[in-house]
Amino acid sequence: MTVNTAPTVSAARPRQAVQPKRRKGKSAYPYWFYLPAAVVYTALFLIPTFASFFFSFTRWSLTDFTFIGLDNFVQFFQEPALLKGLTNTFIYGLVTSALKVVLGMLLAVLLTSQIIARGYLRSVIFFPVLLSSIGVGIVFTILMDPSKGMINKALEVVGIQGPAWLVDPAWALLSVALVDVWKGVGLATVIYIAGIVSIPQEYFEAAKVDGASSFKSFFNITLPLARPATATVIILSLIGGLRSFDLIWAMTKGGPGFTSDVIASVIFKQYQAGFYGLSTAGNVVLFLIVTAIILPLSMFLNRKEVDQ
Amino acid sequence: MAITGTRHWAALAGGVTALAVALTGCAGGSTSAGGGGGEKTITWLVDNTENTVTYAEQIAKDFTAANPTIKVEVETRPQGGEGDNIVKTRLSTGDMADVFSYNSGSLFHQISPEQNLVPVTNEPYMANVSDSFKPVVTAGKEIYGVPVGTGNAGAVLYNKKVYEKLGLSVPKTWSEFLANSRKIKEAGTDPIIQTYQTTWTSQLFVLGDYANVAKADPDFAANYTANKAKYATDPAAVKGFEHLEEAAKAGLFNKDFASATYAQGLEKLANGEGAQYPILSFALPELKVTFPDKLNDIGLFPLPGDDASKNALTVWLPGGVYIPKSTKNLDEAKKLQAFIASKAGCDSQTKAVGANGPYLVKGCDLPADVPTAVKDMLPYFEDQSKNSPALEYLSPVKGPSLEQITVEVGSGIRSAKDAAALYDEDVKKQAKQLNLPGWN
Repeated sequence: MTVNTAPTVSAARPRQAVQPKRRKGKSAYPYWFYLPAAVVYTALFLIPTFASFFFSFTRWSLTDFTFIGLDNFVQFFQEPALLKGLTNTFIYGLVTSALKVVLGMLLAVLLTSQIIARGYLRSVIFFPVLLSSIGVGIVFTILMDPSKGMINKALEVVGIQGPAWLVDPAWALLSVALVDVWKGVGLATVIYIAGIVSIPQEYFEAAKVDGASSFKSFFNITLPLARPATATVIILSLIGGLRSFDLIWAMTKGGPGFTSDVIASVIFKQYQAGFYGLSTAGNVVLFLIVTAIILPLSMFLNRKEVDQ
Repeated sequence: MAITGTRHWAALAGGVTALAVALTGCAGGSTSAGGGGGEKTITWLVDNTENTVTYAEQIAKDFTAANPTIKVEVETRPQGGEGDNIVKTRLSTGDMADVFSYNSGSLFHQISPEQNLVPVTNEPYMANVSDSFKPVVTAGKEIYGVPVGTGNAGAVLYNKKVYEKLGLSVPKTWSEFLANSRKIKEAGTDPIIQTYQTTWTSQLFVLGDYANVAKADPDFAANYTANKAKYATDPAAVKGFEHLEEAAKAGLFNKDFASATYAQGLEKLANGEGAQYPILSFALPELKVTFPDKLNDIGLFPLPGDDASKNALTVWLPGGVYIPKSTKNLDEAKKLQAFIASKAGCDSQTKAVGANGPYLVKGCDLPADVPTAVKDMLPYFEDQSKNSPALEYLSPVKGPSLEQITVEVGSGIRSAKDAAALYDEDVKKQAKQLNLPGWN
């Protein structure tokens, strides 16, 4: 199969060693040159990060604190809503990023083809990304009302009894995830468009000459050569999904009951209740979980890219 | 090279910390407000319900009429958890308005009164405040607030027209309540209105049942605070959860209970689409604004328990008006407090929103034209043996997740027994945060 050789050809291209070796010791700039950035970085990132690690070991009322060791973490892991929140977070992250990858890819293929009003359609798919999550959440809460919402009214016309969406415990999380996909798929599409456009046209032409079907070209050229785009989309949407909060809060507030709670909403509710130390401990846990997932994943995806 | 590098960074970090401290210092200093000269403006933070804002603005107007040199600017904040959060944050950062309204009882204890508020125990105007209100704004030995608004009840609001049409009488026991509800359902009306889109409304079966708990077990609140009584194990206390479960299983709720909002619930009640709505009587002023001609179709009865002779009303005491220690206008703030705790203050409120229950300021009388539901609740207020303050006024222990838990029970996601146990877990965090004895 000649088609199959295409990716290998590209991979065989010698990768240019663009990065010059960093010279040890000697910096290109005087130290004072770093000062403004260092001030901002320290005041806004370093100090709060270490402060939050510290306060996660205290019972804290914003003004005074008592050191209680690991009690907050023990308490946090005994939180009845936590297990639910943890599973929901993973489900939400997986569902949204999987759907964004699949839909984003398909839409990008569509929007790189020769269709009319391509530029317009490309911007339309991106518009939801620009909207505020809270606004989107409120609008969809109204659209998804089980009896009066437009979605179920429309389904009724074609004879389908729609689910209760946000208020059905079995559907609530999935409903929010679907709205998240609607809102975020534009970004994935744009990344894929960039990825697909950068694939040299010659491969497709060569494949066509060899008699490859469009399916073959998609699975053997587009898909493998858009791999860096896939890695970016997966990482971005997984991080987004794991720490998602705004849309869930606007649409269900974790409800009904605790059925659509994610870690971030559990933490927010604890903060709201005035358990500052406990919620800070929750944030430390969230930070560790996201790091533990994203770091190896990112290394894996990027290494594969180089190995090719 | 590496060594000098480290030194550089250490020096840098030190400098940055100093800079950050200096910046925060400046910000703190520049927030002080307040007009100079003869005229002063003080701020009053209230929640954003239409009822509260209306009476607060009337009070502000009448107060300035009586004290021409002081202007009161009413600020608003959201209700519920979000509002709690704002109040706590503003108090902690010293950024609170000169005067603010906030709940009394357990929520009052959560804002660290001894640390954040100005005690007013010895102010002359405290003599006007009803003795039954003082305990709910007391921390340690000091009193911190005056009452604003009226006493309220957590009870069942019902549509009297539906009751008349079906020839029903007010239920005194839970089984009578269920029997009534079944008859209402047969007649094609929704017997019990539930509105879980507005989650707090789901708690009434539990919170509004407290008077029945208190009559069955008078020591419950004290034991509960001391970590000795639990919702899951106390036979009287668990009833609230069980009743909710029973009503849900019997299919007595409106069909759209899961997606309906508080406002829709009130509409159903006023239109007679639903017959009974366990809710706080804070709903009455809202009914008055939205459905003025239907207001007198609405009656009120306490949530029924097992024993007709002990059926009592669960009472919500009004919120307090407090002065934060951070105020720069202490004298003016106290004058406003004094005005609110006077007959003139009650009259302002009645003029603005009508009277929705008894005032807790001495010498304040109710006008003759109070709504029917208020008339229904007055006999319970007048007789001590027929009411009990809600648990949140008797114990500082209140978990933050009760509303989610009761939504789960009402939606059939969780059993009553399970829910009561889960709520017992939930309150532990609160008790620990408050450092209550017996919980650590």
